[in-house]
Amino acid sequence: MAVPVKSPGRVAAPGGGGVGESPLRPDGALKVAGEFAYASDLWMDGMLWGSTLRSPHARARIVALNIGPALALPGVRAVLTSDDVPGKKYFGIDHTEDQPVLAIGEVRHQGEPVALVAADHPETARRAVELIDVEWDVLEPITDARAVVADPGLHRVQQRGGIVRYQPVRVGSVERGREEAEVVVTGDYEVGIQDQAFLGPEAGLAVPAEDGGLDLYVATQWIHNDLKQIAPCLGLRDDQVHMTMAGVGGAFGGREDLSMQIHAGMLALHTGRPVKMSYNRYESFFGHVHRHPALMRYEYGAKRDGTLVYADVEIILDGGAYTSSTMNVVGNAASLGVGPYEIPHIKIDAYGVYTNNPPCGAMRGFGAVQACFAYESMMDRLAEACGIGPVEVRHRNAVAQGSVLANGQVIDSPAPLAEMLERLEAMPLPGVADLTDLRNLPGGASQTTHGEGVVRGIGYGVGLKNICFSEGFDDLSTARVRLEVIGGEPTALVHTAAAEVGQGLVTLKAQIARTELGIERVVIAPADNRVGDAGSSSASRQSYMTGGAVKTACEAVRARVLDLAGARFGLDDLTLLGGSVVSRAQGAVATLAEVLGDAVVEETREYHHRPTQPMDPATGQGNSHTQLALCVHRAVVDVDVDLGLVKVVELAAVQDVGKILNRLSLEGQIHGGSAQGLGLAVMEEIVVQDGLVRNPSFTDYLIPTILDMPPMRLDILENPDPNAPYGLRGAGEPPTLSSTPAIVAAVRDATGKALTRVPVRPEHIVA
Amino acid sequence: MEFLRPTTWADALDARAGHPDALPIQGGTDVMVELNFDVRRPAALLDLGRVAGLTRWEESDGRLRVGAGVPYARLITELGDRLPGLAQASRTVGSPQIRNRGTVGGNLGAASPAGDAHPPLLAGGAEIEVESAARGVRMIPAAEFYTGVKRSALEPDELIRAFWTDPAPGPQYFSKIGTRNAMVIAVCSFALALDPGNARVGTGIGSAGPTPLRADEAEDYLAAELDWAGRGPLPDAVARRFGELVAGAARPIDDVRGTAAYRRHAVAVLARRTLTWAWNDYTGAAGRRAS
Repeated sequence: MAVPVKSPGRVAAPGGGGVGESPLRPDGALKVAGEFAYASDLWMDGMLWGSTLRSPHARARIVALNIGPALALPGVRAVLTSDDVPGKKYFGIDHTEDQPVLAIGEVRHQGEPVALVAADHPETARRAVELIDVEWDVLEPITDARAVVADPGLHRVQQRGGIVRYQPVRVGSVERGREEAEVVVTGDYEVGIQDQAFLGPEAGLAVPAEDGGLDLYVATQWIHNDLKQIAPCLGLRDDQVHMTMAGVGGAFGGREDLSMQIHAGMLALHTGRPVKMSYNRYESFFGHVHRHPALMRYEYGAKRDGTLVYADVEIILDGGAYTSSTMNVVGNAASLGVGPYEIPHIKIDAYGVYTNNPPCGAMRGFGAVQACFAYESMMDRLAEACGIGPVEVRHRNAVAQGSVLANGQVIDSPAPLAEMLERLEAMPLPGVADLTDLRNLPGGASQTTHGEGVVRGIGYGVGLKNICFSEGFDDLSTARVRLEVIGGEPTALVHTAAAEVGQGLVTLKAQIARTELGIERVVIAPADNRVGDAGSSSASRQSYMTGGAVKTACEAVRARVLDLAGARFGLDDLTLLGGSVVSRAQGAVATLAEVLGDAVVEETREYHHRPTQPMDPATGQGNSHTQLALCVHRAVVDVDVDLGLVKVVELAAVQDVGKILNRLSLEGQIHGGSAQGLGLAVMEEIVVQDGLVRNPSFTDYLIPTILDMPPMRLDILENPDPNAPYGLRGAGEPPTLSSTPAIVAAVRDATGKALTRVPVRPEHIVA
Repeated sequence: MEFLRPTTWADALDARAGHPDALPIQGGTDVMVELNFDVRRPAALLDLGRVAGLTRWEESDGRLRVGAGVPYARLITELGDRLPGLAQASRTVGSPQIRNRGTVGGNLGAASPAGDAHPPLLAGGAEIEVESAARGVRMIPAAEFYTGVKRSALEPDELIRAFWTDPAPGPQYFSKIGTRNAMVIAVCSFALALDPGNARVGTGIGSAGPTPLRADEAEDYLAAELDWAGRGPLPDAVARRFGELVAGAARPIDDVRGTAAYRRHAVAVLARRTLTWAWNDYTGAAGRRAS
């Protein structure tokens, strides 16, 4: 088999370090030096370049499509339309299959793929795309999510209709709650469209294989789920598509849905040549789904002391034209719609709708982020109405182990929210800004103030996130571990299909193998589909799931090795430690290398978390989550109240992770999650008008820089979850939830403005 | 695409005359973005990066002549004392990498209303030295250089060679609004230059109109109101009125980066604040600026 240049190979995990230590990433130095091979670096001699014609309209009929002029351009090898899709014409994540591989007679969002070109040179391919002649019948786009909820029959974007999922939650009686309440607060909240803004745009290489199938090198979050969608559309069997993970330049949910996979496959099968596709930044903004924008109406009733009595909530999430993961996003928004607070009477109506706005799906926090902004804003409103502090109101209503959540689920592992709030509040506050360095002030080096108009504010935010897949999904991961002596040293080869998207799983897998097998040398095989499904690198689940699978496979390998040793030495109290077989009674009895000899011990294990239940379609009740994780933030901001500019001075966070597996990686996750939440709070938004994106570039879609992201104070707790491997709790998403409302609360504290929409823009503050 | 790489200024002018459809490129921080985004497909690129002399600056007869190829990073380190307004504006351009590549010449060539160099050039009364093989050198005052959105007075056969400006005769400030604290394109910006010796005020408004703008009325008003000789305190009402006049001179629009109303409001605030800092510097009052 021909292998492309820059395709991933085995990686020797450097240094030592088991679970709980902080070994460095094997790819860290390469990434810092710019030498890491990302998917866009893939190369094969003789390869063609693919390019995509995309819809310029949010909604239009294709009256005529003429590929003739494109085909006539010298250097063009193929021009394909939906007629050329070899198998199924539709695909979709989560068995939804409502998204055309290429548009069929109609487009439903700006950027929808319409036709494909393969050419000898990328520029030729792009020019050929422009030569494809499309006659459009432009239609009025459906863009008002609230109107879709009000009359779904009238606003049908596609055959499935207007509403993707409606999930109610009913607990107690809101009517009774209204009678009991002494204080009522209401709020309308809005969340704009956030983008994952990963730095490595979508790219991959499809190579025709000798068996008539395809070798596909792609940067994705979930190899096996890609495969399930790719093979049927290409008219291939699963075993004819050989998937290998290429270098991933960030994901954050944006690579859960397919982008160029089927397209490159079609072009490769059609031309019999390797085909590379690599989006530029502009195309990337149309090449993946975004975070759902949300419209939310909240009404809370409470006793005069701030004790919550009822919540009446409506959440509308706009998923765009296709289903993607909207169903599950709605499930999260509904089940986590009031956060980690005990409320006796709850009514939540959560909707996901179809529109012609940009397509939305998975992004870090997945439905919980939007609700968190609203419910935390409501907690502050309630505190104000009751004349108590923001920490006090949260403390008064905080869940703990044994509490019942909105979905009726009892929290059955530690959830020490009250303690976390106390620790957070007790952290020292930062001093006043040093005015001699402009970079400490709102506006930074742009010098908008020397201190004039600057007011400090402090705010708090709490977030509750489900970890792993929920609502009855049989969530699993698979690991194959092989132990053998190489060059005199026992070496483990760890092989999974799990995606390393920057989160550090590649480091963690080696740490687990070292700890479980008592060895130093671990080699990580590239992720591919020669091993079983690992599930997605999402839902903060890979430490739990693939970590659990590697641990379980290592335990099986260890058991076999100890059987070998036990038989040889007649001992049954053996374990593996420091490269030796150790008897509890007699100490080291042999080196592991001696015991192994020429033997190769290999085991493959599947790991499943404990089952979850669907949410009841009428009441939302059910143990739908397997694990829940908390993070709390305190934000300190300086706001230039005359100009509406914000400098986040400090973020402090307390998070309970159950068990710290790698503190360095973990702190990176908390910093990164907090930064992404900061982005949503004060700058990140895909601005849409009439269904069209107005800022598809990093010139105008702004993400935080080092001057925007402040230093953080972290307090990481380790209250183990007895159900999880090592007691760990997924950690990647929770900080993304709570940093946004904390920062907005701090800006409110400084300005006195209501600020019910994120991202907060300067004009909202000075208005 | 043809790629022209002259090494002398004469060859560059000839290349320009021979290829009127060529796009000049200096640091490439604007041009390459446009090429990458497929906004432009010029028939040829005229690379000025190897032309001797463009990266030099000199002082003669009390004026500064700064080559079009001097990058922002050097404007900050080498000319920060003589052109503080331009240096402050340079500091707000992109990232350190971009400041190492980007140039005032490129900013002028692109003539974007959001270009950070324009307001201080306007406020400081700079002149742009342009040249063609056919007609030789021509000096264009900055105030006449910007003719429309991304359009300038540059003729198709001309190249920008340098800009001329006086070393700051008094306090200068530049201030720019962006929605993040670094690496941001201007939502709006403002530059102020005081010339106490001649009792003159210079202004430049960025990103709040189809072109960079001067606020003439505000300049005249302020020049007349300031107590130049007595170095007296700045009356609050004067600062306020100055801000209003600057806002009145702006011609902003609503776009994806901000609203017209916000821009008008913000340039008034920036005008007031920069005036306060500049006047404090001049009068020696408290509140020295942060570095």
